[in-house]
Amino acid sequence: MSTEGFFVIGTTHHRASLEVREKLALTSDGVAALQAELATFAGLKEFAVLTTCNRVEFYGVASHPDAAAQVSAAFCARQQFDRTTFEQICLSLRGREAVQHLIEVSAGLDSQMIGETEIFGQVKDAYAAAQAKGSTGPILNRIFQKGFQAAKHVRTHTAITEGQVSVANVAVDLALTIYGSLKSTGILLLGAGDIGEKTAKAFQSRGAAALTVASRHFERAMELATTLGASAMPFEQREHRLAEFDIVVCATSAPDTVVSLAATQAAMAKRPARPLFFIDQALPRDVDPAVAKLENVFLYNLDDLAKIAEENRAARAAEIAKCRAIVTQKADALWHHVAPQVAALAGQGAAAVNGSSLARADEKPGDAEPVPAPRP
Amino acid sequence: MFADLTDRTWLWAAAGFYLAGFAQGTYSLLRSGRPAGVATYVLIAAGYALQLVGLGIRGRLVGGCPLGNTFEIFQFTAWSSISLYLLIGVKFRASLLGYFSSSLAAVLTLLSLAIPAWDATLRTHVFGDNPWIEMHAALAVFSYGVFALLSLTSIMFLLRNYSLQHKHVGGWFSFLPSILDLDHIGVRLLGAGVAILAASLAVGSIYWLRDVSSVNLTKLLVTIAVWAAYTGALTLRLRGRLLAKRFAWACLGLFLVALLSLGPVDQSRHGNLPPAADAAR
Repeated sequence: MSTEGFFVIGTTHHRASLEVREKLALTSDGVAALQAELATFAGLKEFAVLTTCNRVEFYGVASHPDAAAQVSAAFCARQQFDRTTFEQICLSLRGREAVQHLIEVSAGLDSQMIGETEIFGQVKDAYAAAQAKGSTGPILNRIFQKGFQAAKHVRTHTAITEGQVSVANVAVDLALTIYGSLKSTGILLLGAGDIGEKTAKAFQSRGAAALTVASRHFERAMELATTLGASAMPFEQREHRLAEFDIVVCATSAPDTVVSLAATQAAMAKRPARPLFFIDQALPRDVDPAVAKLENVFLYNLDDLAKIAEENRAARAAEIAKCRAIVTQKADALWHHVAPQVAALAGQGAAAVNGSSLARADEKPGDAEPVPAPRP
Repeated sequence: MFADLTDRTWLWAAAGFYLAGFAQGTYSLLRSGRPAGVATYVLIAAGYALQLVGLGIRGRLVGGCPLGNTFEIFQFTAWSSISLYLLIGVKFRASLLGYFSSSLAAVLTLLSLAIPAWDATLRTHVFGDNPWIEMHAALAVFSYGVFALLSLTSIMFLLRNYSLQHKHVGGWFSFLPSILDLDHIGVRLLGAGVAILAASLAVGSIYWLRDVSSVNLTKLLVTIAVWAAYTGALTLRLRGRLLAKRFAWACLGLFLVALLSLGPVDQSRHGNLPPAADAAR
């Protein structure tokens, strides 16, 4: 059975460096313009463009054997990227392999951070955009929709998405294992740098409402507090007001500790029944390590968080074989259903090619001139 | 067909379901690293229903609440614990509470069924047809069920605390409830247990005041001591003197003491019963 009719071409973080991906990145206007151009290719019956920071991929259903090469040529021309170089880093899959790739991408198996779920939304958005432009048809619709179902199945029947793999999200997960919910927890952020901000945002994204920022430079604390919709307090009050908070995120560049054992003991004396959780992301450390020995006090430093993130990453990697087995099964079933339609389309295209001078046998794939045609 | 089944047959079946809940939970943890969740809850609920039938038959047989021997007390304690689990377990459905509860119920019921001596004597009308005394006993044993569940949440608290202190938060540790939730549920269970035992003692004291000689002094002292110890723990907890790990250990220790106290309480009761109340099985 012909597998030529359905294809995916493009490049990902596996094949292209960040510098190259920067050059190949498509803006939203660029995607729209390219979509308009691809819509004029007679041999390309259906297509969708997936573009994220880690990948640019074109999924297409073609009746003409050179359609994929035409897409590649059009993309390189638009990005002013050398075609030969692109061929060297290009992912090019056909038929069942392309279906499997789509499912793996949607399930996060092909992501830089294995199991991440953001990619699922990005693939759905790409499909929705293609639908809105009218560039999908019965084959691509079926492949994408069934592919989404398969990706969901992988995510719910394996542990591929379990456990956080970023330090900030690991910290939030730990806070949840202590407090259950972040709605009524008071969070103090010490330090107004990037790391603290990232962690604070991770807390806010998971329901934390009461956030206070303190920095050695009060104006920077005010600035970050405004950005985060939080409140600011003078850095000097941090120990005196420690009892008011449940979670303390420390990310200053102070040379010495900024939270002492004595201050923590005093704070716990005021709130003995409620746990106090320190997330020390600073180097040198901001919190006196001796506080970890206090009852109801939990202290995690950068190494602790990184170790958990690494363990989760390893656990996800260990699930890959299980995921791939499911993906293979799903891809087989899906391809079994769509292959006759794809083959029929390719057959029609071949007949048209044989009966016209549209594509010559000795023509290089990229040299084929696109033939404008109305969309079906 | 089912009408011919004896109380012990129903109770064996109930124990089987509790054991199945435990086995399935173990299998699920070993295979997928996560508790069985809804399946465990359903198995426990089925065991609970069967146990209710078994205890109902036994109750009709003995003419009152089946609390006449060690076997019946163990069965009633397990039933009380599971009653509470079914109420609060919905909140912790995805956690390990179901797994621990099925383990406890399986141990208590199977142990009581496996030791024939504990059920060698079937005492009928043990409360002398006095509903107040029956209520006193039922409340007392029900409070033990509450304390049994408290001991489970205390174990879970200690495991969660250990995991956080030693930074082992993955694997099946991730299915333990949050440490704050466990602490809150522990305080509530302790409060409920103390209140129920206090109500039991209050009812018993009315009877005792009418006829001081009817109650064995050992039983009286042991029961009051258990209640006082739990009340003391609750007071210290509410005042912030007994917290976190120490509170959990105290709850576990007190339950062990409460279980051991059942021996002298049961022995003392034998001496006080009118001979006619005992009926050889």
